Amino acid sequence: MLFLRLFYEFFKTGLFAVGGGMATIPFLYNMADSTGWFTRIDVDNMIAVGESTPGPIGVNMATYVGYITGMNEGGLPFALLGAVVATLGLITPSIIVILIIASFLKSFRDNRYVESAFYGLRPASTGLIAAAGLSVAVTNLFYTESEAFNAVITKWSDIFDPAVVNWKGWALAAVLWVLTNKVKQTKKLHPIIFILGSAVVGIVLAM
Amino acid sequence: MNIYPDLFLTFAKVGVMTFGGGYAMLPILQREVVENKGWATEEELTDYFAIGQCTPGIIAVNTATFIGQKNKGVPGGIIATLGLVFPSLVIISMLAGVITQFSHLAWVNHAFGGIRVCVCILILNAITKLYKKSVIDIPTTLIFFLVFGLSAWLSCSPVWFVLAAAAAGIVLKNVGVKK
Repeated sequence: MLFLRLFYEFFKTGLFAVGGGMATIPFLYNMADSTGWFTRIDVDNMIAVGESTPGPIGVNMATYVGYITGMNEGGLPFALLGAVVATLGLITPSIIVILIIASFLKSFRDNRYVESAFYGLRPASTGLIAAAGLSVAVTNLFYTESEAFNAVITKWSDIFDPAVVNWKGWALAAVLWVLTNKVKQTKKLHPIIFILGSAVVGIVLAM
Repeated sequence: MNIYPDLFLTFAKVGVMTFGGGYAMLPILQREVVENKGWATEEELTDYFAIGQCTPGIIAVNTATFIGQKNKGVPGGIIATLGLVFPSLVIISMLAGVITQFSHLAWVNHAFGGIRVCVCILILNAITKLYKKSVIDIPTTLIFFLVFGLSAWLSCSPVWFVLAAAAAGIVLKNVGVKK
């Protein structure tokens, strides 16, 4: 039964992929090999789709896999059901595990040891987010896939080469930083306004 | 508004405004959930991200479940999570037929080139806010830079950093302190 299998495969992914949407990618490759629902090349397309639509990447990829798998099997109604089933499969383990942890936390919130654990945990969590943010920034502000970028590892004098540095990206980043931190009229604006504005700038400057 | 539709709609809004992974969701959560709704504090967000990074599943979903549960128990956790994934379901299902061509269009790629730069700055601002709340003295400064440096340098699982930092917190706060 296709839908049970879809739910099961994504349940497994949700249960074992620890650490964010990108952690689901190896599971998708594995799913391609073991089920034959889609190919490894489809997975690369799914990553592109997940990145170029709103919503968390991991959720987008699950929805898309469910949709195309259903579509191949029985047309549009199957596709819609497949999208729902795959997404629910992915989020069910999270919901169960987090609900258990959350209810545990609620009863021990005021415990001295739990409190002091969070004292150490918070700066660590911020550090982890900062490290992830840094790697996102490096991939977006430098052309990390170019040969020139890899050559920089051996020849640091090329670090300002336009084939290496995304100068338009740096310029936009600098403007955005000033607008979100220093300009009184704009710094309280909703983040989505900056996101949409940047999309327009991206199109105009062909970023 | 009744709290359940409010939870669902707020997280649907967060879902539709998230471009990228769970980290891209952080600035939107700070605005919608911390500042607008008051459903969680900055400190709690940091806690949820710490736990969400070392428990199964994707961080965005884990965080939504946490905040929903905190405010309205088990049904709240489920409804917030369903709200978060709802826009993805609608958008992907509507675009699915054309989406692979869509994601290869030049102007779409350029738009997302701009969006990704913006997300970097928004994440930077979000981290600055969290830093002010979580790095409060010398030990926490040390923990921040150690974890940041080591996890940027080594590609090991965040689980170890989280466990070590929690242990460090317990030791620092309880050993040698007489109460």
